[in-house]
Amino acid sequence: MYAFDLERPATVADAVTALGADEAQALGGGQTLIPTLKQRLASPSVLVSLSGIAEMTGICTRDDGSLAIGGGTTHAAVAVGADVFPGLAGLAAGIGDPAVRNRGTVGGSLANNDPSACYPAGALASGATIVTNAREIPADDYFQGLFTTALEEGEVVTEVRFPVPEASAYMKFEQPASRFALVGVFVAKHADGVRVAVTGASENGVFRWSEAEAALNDSFTADALNGLSLPAEGMINDLHGSDAYRAHITAVMTKRAVTAAC
Amino acid sequence: MPKDNGIGASLKRREDVRFLTGTGNYTDDISVHRQLYVHFLRSDVANGTINGIDTAAASAMSGVVRIFTGADFEGVGSIPCGWQVTDRHGEVMKEPAHPVLAQGKVRHVGDPIAAVVANSLEEARNAAEAIDLDIHELPAAVDMRKALEEGAPLVHDELGDNLCYDWGFVEENREAVDEAIKNAAHVTTLELVNNRLVANPMEPRVAVGDFNRATGDSTLYTTSQNPHVIRLLMGAFVLGIPEHKLRVVAPDVGGGFGTKIFHYAEEAFCTFAAKALNRPVKWTASRSEAFMSDAHGRDHVTKIELALDADNNFVALRTATLANMGAYLSTFAPSVPTWLHGTLMAGNYKTPLIYVNVKAVFTNTVPVDAYRGAGRPEATYQLERVVDKAARELGVDPVALRRQNFITEFPYATPVAVEYDTGDYNATMDTLETMIDRDGFAARRAASEAKGKLRGLGINCYIEACGIAPSNLVGQLGARAGLYESATVRVNATGGLVVMTGSHSHGQGHETVFPQVIAEMIGLDESMVEIVHGDTANSPMGMGTYGSRSLAVGGSAMVRATEKIINKTKKIAAHLMEAAEADIELKDGQFSVAGTDKSVAWGDVCLAAYVPHNYPLEDIEPGLEETAFYDPSNFTYPAGAYSCEVEVDPETGKVTIESFAAADDFGNVVNPMIVEGQVHGGLGQGIGQALLENCAYDENGQLLSASYMDYAMPRASDLPLFKVDHSNGTPCTHNPLGVKGCGEAGAIGSPPAVVNAVVDALQSAGKNVLHIDMPLTPARVWDAMNG
Repeated sequence: MYAFDLERPATVADAVTALGADEAQALGGGQTLIPTLKQRLASPSVLVSLSGIAEMTGICTRDDGSLAIGGGTTHAAVAVGADVFPGLAGLAAGIGDPAVRNRGTVGGSLANNDPSACYPAGALASGATIVTNAREIPADDYFQGLFTTALEEGEVVTEVRFPVPEASAYMKFEQPASRFALVGVFVAKHADGVRVAVTGASENGVFRWSEAEAALNDSFTADALNGLSLPAEGMINDLHGSDAYRAHITAVMTKRAVTAAC
Repeated sequence: MPKDNGIGASLKRREDVRFLTGTGNYTDDISVHRQLYVHFLRSDVANGTINGIDTAAASAMSGVVRIFTGADFEGVGSIPCGWQVTDRHGEVMKEPAHPVLAQGKVRHVGDPIAAVVANSLEEARNAAEAIDLDIHELPAAVDMRKALEEGAPLVHDELGDNLCYDWGFVEENREAVDEAIKNAAHVTTLELVNNRLVANPMEPRVAVGDFNRATGDSTLYTTSQNPHVIRLLMGAFVLGIPEHKLRVVAPDVGGGFGTKIFHYAEEAFCTFAAKALNRPVKWTASRSEAFMSDAHGRDHVTKIELALDADNNFVALRTATLANMGAYLSTFAPSVPTWLHGTLMAGNYKTPLIYVNVKAVFTNTVPVDAYRGAGRPEATYQLERVVDKAARELGVDPVALRRQNFITEFPYATPVAVEYDTGDYNATMDTLETMIDRDGFAARRAASEAKGKLRGLGINCYIEACGIAPSNLVGQLGARAGLYESATVRVNATGGLVVMTGSHSHGQGHETVFPQVIAEMIGLDESMVEIVHGDTANSPMGMGTYGSRSLAVGGSAMVRATEKIINKTKKIAAHLMEAAEADIELKDGQFSVAGTDKSVAWGDVCLAAYVPHNYPLEDIEPGLEETAFYDPSNFTYPAGAYSCEVEVDPETGKVTIESFAAADDFGNVVNPMIVEGQVHGGLGQGIGQALLENCAYDENGQLLSASYMDYAMPRASDLPLFKVDHSNGTPCTHNPLGVKGCGEAGAIGSPPAVVNAVVDALQSAGKNVLHIDMPLTPARVWDAMNG
């Protein structure tokens, strides 16, 4: 990696200030950024570590029943701490391996928005609100394509608020090498409707499958999805699976997620 | 009762204490005073003409000592190839030059172009980025079939085409095989790919070159399976350093699997640069570099035809293979698809007529060479797949068809030039069928189907050839090296033994197993024996560790040297006890005189050899040190029967291995626990090849699977608890230990079992799927089911 300076702010305010420096880059758990730096594919002048900011970690239930998770909270902490939202806890427990889960953070994952990451599906299906140092962004407005989000330069994900659905499950079909999601589907049944979010499959990143949501609003059963399929067009086509395969697997995983949630 | 010492005891591996406590000494742990670091600037195109390399700006950067390019190696030798194959027309193979650093052209992604030597690795990398390269990218030869077409891009312009050789074996059988196939009652044909693999040892390659200006001696520390071979190849053929002025040290090595047999350009570079700069030069491969510079494995495209008579007897076999050599000939690359592959095409069967054709092809890819099994997995895979397909076509039980055609009488001379000394293929198959409860399969299949899954059972045999030998034969076949092994047994004055061997240990457990053999011969505790290896300054000339040869060949050399020691100690004991030498017996570390109560301890005899006050100096020399070289008279032929049971998820194509059983004949077994571990490791790699691993290039020669994000390695969770058995050992008839070798069997026998099982599962659902090329990823299986 190239040389850089490291800042370790203790507050969000200090982090935001540090990120105002030229070529500064926020460092969450580093599960994507550190390998990228080692490959010399990024050359920030300053890394601003967010892992020492106490106000950005932890899990609590808000008065409206939603689950608030600090942006710096690790996957491992969510896996054991989000028991009121088992679908989300299950998602966190299945990310990477123990080393990844003990370093990687929910804020880092959502800020990076890897098209094969798990959390974007969880946040989108939950109808989560991404809270930053500057504003609150609904998940539906937040994800804007591969590695692209509504975040502005220097904006930090301080908290994510997850409405807790009545029923939910995440089903991940792993890419054989990376064990990221070849396809991951999060199904969440809320009082005001079902949301289905798909990660790993699309060339445009995480998306909601509205036809499946409509069918599941009529009947929250796997059978309600019979006959539904997604077009192969726009799906990722690579070494690990064709676009048609990913479209097919999306339907299979959606059914399995519904079955698991029921 | 299992033994608790000597041959047959499952002793824990003594080397594991240092490996598991972080106290091993690997090449990267070695740093030499005043050491410099080298970073190689590697080609990012598969084929291109080098128009210019401007190093001026880079050379002026901080910490840079010198930047080398191909021009600095004009007077230096080519990286040599250790095996010359003669083709079916009597022509020797094409053998293009392989410069240490690219000269004129780059030929694969990863081909080293320039080497930046600097005070630190960071400075070397920074400067490498400042080198101004002018490379004109050319279309690449990647697919082997296309590479052989007229007008294909050339890997080596001077060769005129991309064909390295067109080998026929046995050429005299060609017409008879063609005729037999034409007239056969039934012919089963299968076209398949043996997928390209990356060996991926846990430890990437490392080289440290050092030069002593005072003595003129060069030293290379390197991650090698065979330091003596590197000393010979690099010293004699590349750098022109006589062996007495060159020391090669391969300390603890973190896995080899074949890819650390070969002599690599980076080793020659570090040795050369250390002398040129009069400072040590160190290179440590990154994992990314390993993917694009370690020799790859397999990569065959094959058509095989099995002819049967009306009674289902195999009457002829014909195979035609394209074998990828990559961009340059790696050390043993030409031998893998020929002598390590064609000679095994009889398998376990008495097929009377066999013809093997192999066209070796240059492509703009990383060189391909031996990887665990080397040629034998490719032979076994195609044979055991085509037999399975034949059974399905004929509607007969696949095990019964195999048994019907088994070789049952030994020695057996195959039509592909080898003689199996011993074996019992029905015995291993009997054991396997018991291990797997074959009769219960129908019920297990029904249970899987009740869960919505398909279940399949794949059974196959394998035979392999280990301890490649004898030297005079392999010399006729084109080997440019002998294939003996050596051992020096040094007994110290107080009776402890140090054994210096050319058999390098990089995970095999030699340091535990070899003492078991020697301790048994003398009747001592294993702790009295220490194994020294991996340093040309310590061991006599040795050929190294590959091809499951260490115990059969290296162990036999130790036995011979120890026999010499025992003969000499008996002479000394006879003198001390004033008895006839013929009456001396050695048991449990005590010499005694037959028929008397006279005895003298091992340690006292050893002490007498070094303090020869009461000693027959007129008859024998003082001291106790003996060397033996052992050159086997034949290969050894481990064989066995393997079984795989899978579940397939018909909705996703995902294959899960429910059980895997291996019944092997390894001859005699010295340490059963280590043998089982070797089988487990081999099965892991074989199952990895069958289900997960795929080294893929795009049509431009870019490496698609260049990291673990895209190259799928098997993990513990992908593997079942293996059932392994080695109770049917038929001892090898021609080495003193009766051992055969166990290191590669698992990787050889398992891929066809997995594929046979998956095809069986899909067939059970009425899918007309007769073959799927490895790796059987979920997407490929689903495509096959729905294509």
